[in-house]
Amino acid sequence: MIRRFFSCSAAVSVLLVCSIAFAAPPIKIGGLFAVSGPSAPLGEPERNTAKMVVDEINKAGGVNGRKLELVSYDTTGDATKALQLANKLIKDDKVTAIIGPSTTPEAMAIIPVVEKEHIPLIALAAGSKITDPVKKWVFKTAQNDSLAVSWIFEYLQKQKQSKVAILTVSTGFGSSGREQLKAQAARYGISLVFDDTFGPNDSDMTAQLTKVRASHAQALIVWGTNPGPAKIANNARQLGLKIPIFMSHGVSSKKFIELAGDAAEGIKLPSGKVIVADLLPKSDSQRKSLMAFVKDYQNHYKTEGDHFGGHAWDAVMLIKAAIERGGDTPAGIRDNLEKIKGFAGIGGTFSYSAQDHAGLGKDAFVLVEIKNRDWVLVK
Amino acid sequence: MQFDQILQYSLSGLSTGAIYALIGVGFSIIFNATGIINFAQGEFVMLGGMFTLLFLETLKLPLWAAIPCAIVASTVAGLLFERLAIRPLRQATPINLVIITIGGSILIRGLAMLSWGKDTHAIPPFSGDDPIAIAGATILPQHLWILAITVIIVIVNRIYFYHTISGKAMRACAYNRRAAGLVGIDVHRMVLFSFIISSAMGSIAGIIVAPLTMTAYDVGIMLGLKGFCAAIIGGMSSGIATVIGGLLLGVLESLGAGLISSGYKDAIAFIILLLILFIRPQGLFGKAESERV
Amino acid sequence: MKRELLKFGVFAILVLLAPLLFSGGYLMNVLVFVGINTMLAIGLNLLLGNAGQISLGHAGFFGMGAYISGILTATYAWNPWFAMPLAAVVVGLLAFLIGFPILKLKGHYLAMATLGLGIIVFIVFNETVDLTGGPSGLSGIPNLTMGSVTFDSDVKNYYLIWGFTLMIVLFAVNLANSRVGRALRAVHDSEVAAKVLGVNTSLLKVQIFTLSAVISSLAGSLYAHTMTFVAPASFGFNFSVELLTMVVIGGLGSVYGSFLGAALLTLLPEFLRAAHDYDIIIYGGLLMLMVMFMPGGLVRGVPDLFRKLFRRGKESGHA
Repeated sequence: MIRRFFSCSAAVSVLLVCSIAFAAPPIKIGGLFAVSGPSAPLGEPERNTAKMVVDEINKAGGVNGRKLELVSYDTTGDATKALQLANKLIKDDKVTAIIGPSTTPEAMAIIPVVEKEHIPLIALAAGSKITDPVKKWVFKTAQNDSLAVSWIFEYLQKQKQSKVAILTVSTGFGSSGREQLKAQAARYGISLVFDDTFGPNDSDMTAQLTKVRASHAQALIVWGTNPGPAKIANNARQLGLKIPIFMSHGVSSKKFIELAGDAAEGIKLPSGKVIVADLLPKSDSQRKSLMAFVKDYQNHYKTEGDHFGGHAWDAVMLIKAAIERGGDTPAGIRDNLEKIKGFAGIGGTFSYSAQDHAGLGKDAFVLVEIKNRDWVLVK
Repeated sequence: MQFDQILQYSLSGLSTGAIYALIGVGFSIIFNATGIINFAQGEFVMLGGMFTLLFLETLKLPLWAAIPCAIVASTVAGLLFERLAIRPLRQATPINLVIITIGGSILIRGLAMLSWGKDTHAIPPFSGDDPIAIAGATILPQHLWILAITVIIVIVNRIYFYHTISGKAMRACAYNRRAAGLVGIDVHRMVLFSFIISSAMGSIAGIIVAPLTMTAYDVGIMLGLKGFCAAIIGGMSSGIATVIGGLLLGVLESLGAGLISSGYKDAIAFIILLLILFIRPQGLFGKAESERV
Repeated sequence: MKRELLKFGVFAILVLLAPLLFSGGYLMNVLVFVGINTMLAIGLNLLLGNAGQISLGHAGFFGMGAYISGILTATYAWNPWFAMPLAAVVVGLLAFLIGFPILKLKGHYLAMATLGLGIIVFIVFNETVDLTGGPSGLSGIPNLTMGSVTFDSDVKNYYLIWGFTLMIVLFAVNLANSRVGRALRAVHDSEVAAKVLGVNTSLLKVQIFTLSAVISSLAGSLYAHTMTFVAPASFGFNFSVELLTMVVIGGLGSVYGSFLGAALLTLLPEFLRAAHDYDIIIYGGLLMLMVMFMPGGLVRGVPDLFRKLFRRGKESGHA
């Protein structure tokens, strides 16, 4: 009986496979997103957006007559899993290009594989070292953390504040940010008078903040993703820490304001333009894409699209643009990605070249401040 | 190093430690009644916070009503856990029970993730969030709530275990389960009680700490481990020793973060734990037992 | 003893032939991990199944092997073949020294102490950024080479890893049937009785703990050289728990049980991936069900199941 059941289901699945195979072969795109685990706030909107965009492209008839197919896996934010799954995407699913992963350590882990197998990768993580130095097959859409650092330091320089304390989260995001903060401080005449870390799941940050207060720093820079920075904002309020607080683009979502509540007031951070799309001048070249993305995401998932989703939007659209330029093979996509200039996406206006696989300039960011539980642009 | 800084570290540490203490006592109660190290204990802490959120945000109850509802809901979860996972295999080896509770904690975490998503959520403080200054250090009203509720629970716990019949019966089970059965105590019911009490305590810990630390589906793992740690320092006692163990752990962590390095604060806490165990293998307050052969 | 050799022979042939079936695909890559996890499970099982001592910190030894090998080869350009034994010696020494105070502890105190040890090691991996690369991980670890062969593909790694795994299987089978194995089981059943019979129990426990750590370290080194990248997240508390689960699900004290447990828990997530967000629930539920219905582990539960099915089949045939 059991055997008969198996042979039946085998026959059915063979039929299914055949019927799929008769349609025009879709272009397979692999997705690696940290949908669960500590980086889930990044991975989930990324996967959602990638799905949404691919569906829409297919509804509109695909690219050059061919449909796209997204094969996505959850890396749980673990670099080892990401590496295994990158292998799976390339060897089993035979994808033409890969989008992701969500975090810098994962991206660094899979770079050797895509370089060896000659598959174009568009990383969604912020670490500058992903594309610096340039690797032949690796691109990225998330704004470099070095850009975010220079925005904050420039502002501090203008305000004539030179003694700065930094608190970075002890994950890949934080340690990459910490490297950049330390590397760039001297260039802006800033001395880091206090440098400490916090754990992504720490429940109480008053110890670090007490030390920040004792260090007589003029400003505090916090580098992390939710919920750590929100706890820091709360604890800073509890301790009555009066110095201005800057955060990274890692918290540029409404979630942060929701978590930190009143404690978020007055915090400044460099951010992609997506959270302030409606405040941008009409002349901004990104405005159209931004408004479309935000509305679209709202319709699909009932929450606001954030810049993490934006990274995935950019990645899919850039691959689409590369295919439209005539490359539907891995090498074709890679070569055409390098030729893309002035593509106005969510994270900024991308211009890739043989020397630059990050593709964004300083204008990808704006400095925003939290006022009355909303974002305002800092002029 | 100034006095007000040390005071700040200690106060922060005490409130974190109070949470560890509540979880640790829950650990010990189950361990004493059943011999099980319940690795799912941390999940009840998470459930406390998440159920409060459910009653507060989704069902729009006021906070004073949402909290008891959340405690009841988490306790029912604890009861179900005992009935469905622990009772069917009463005769199992300790190591199998450990795996069962690990499996249970993964399952509960997964269900919570599906029901409430992966986001972190904030819960409003019980009575405002205006800082209170104490000799140069500052705390929040919520810290006072945590300390006060911990004290109340410790007292109620003491009264239950020493002045009620079922509490005394439970202690009898802890000393010797078979003997307790022989004198007519319903051991099965005591086991069920132990799960009910400790899941209720776990959820209370989760609820009172949530306004400070926020809550998400995966907050239970680390809190559970710290609670286990507190119970070990306290020699697996379900009374004051474990509470002191929890407070000690919290303060050590906070002082470690403040005076040495915040990156190594958990390592410092665990090194001290190891030293305690090496010097006193039966916990800081545990009495040395002679092994029954 | 002859029967044991026969069993091993069959197992070895199956292992060597497996690539003919799965060659090329991603599954090969997973099977490499099954090999590494089998080594780890056997190592832990020696301690838990034979000597009855629990450890919730074995991921730490695994990680130390991986990092020592990784740092020596990637940063200091050592030959991997020298780095690997050095890592094993260092980890072994450390386990030997820490073994004396730790193994004095019993039951849940031992569980807590080993857990703490694992967490301390994990934090060190995370915080010593200059040495280990911190949370971003350590990349650029070279593959192992043998003559002109570089172990850089899944199939080559498969044979490399399983070569080592088979050696460890053989070693563990022999150990279990030796004088030492019998002494260990005596410790497991009753430490006091073993002592009375003249077994130096505390030294024996420390020795088996050290052996178990050395095997984990070796597995760690091999892992580092096949992955060419290591990050702290792979060596956390969760992985210690997963190893423990492999041993229990497979069957305490059984070498082949360790393989079954490792294989099941390594392959399961791959199959559950299709269930997306539900995978964690199915995984947790399966763990509980397995322990409930196969309390002796796969190695005893599966034959039981077959026997039951077979008998029932016979009965219905008669009816």
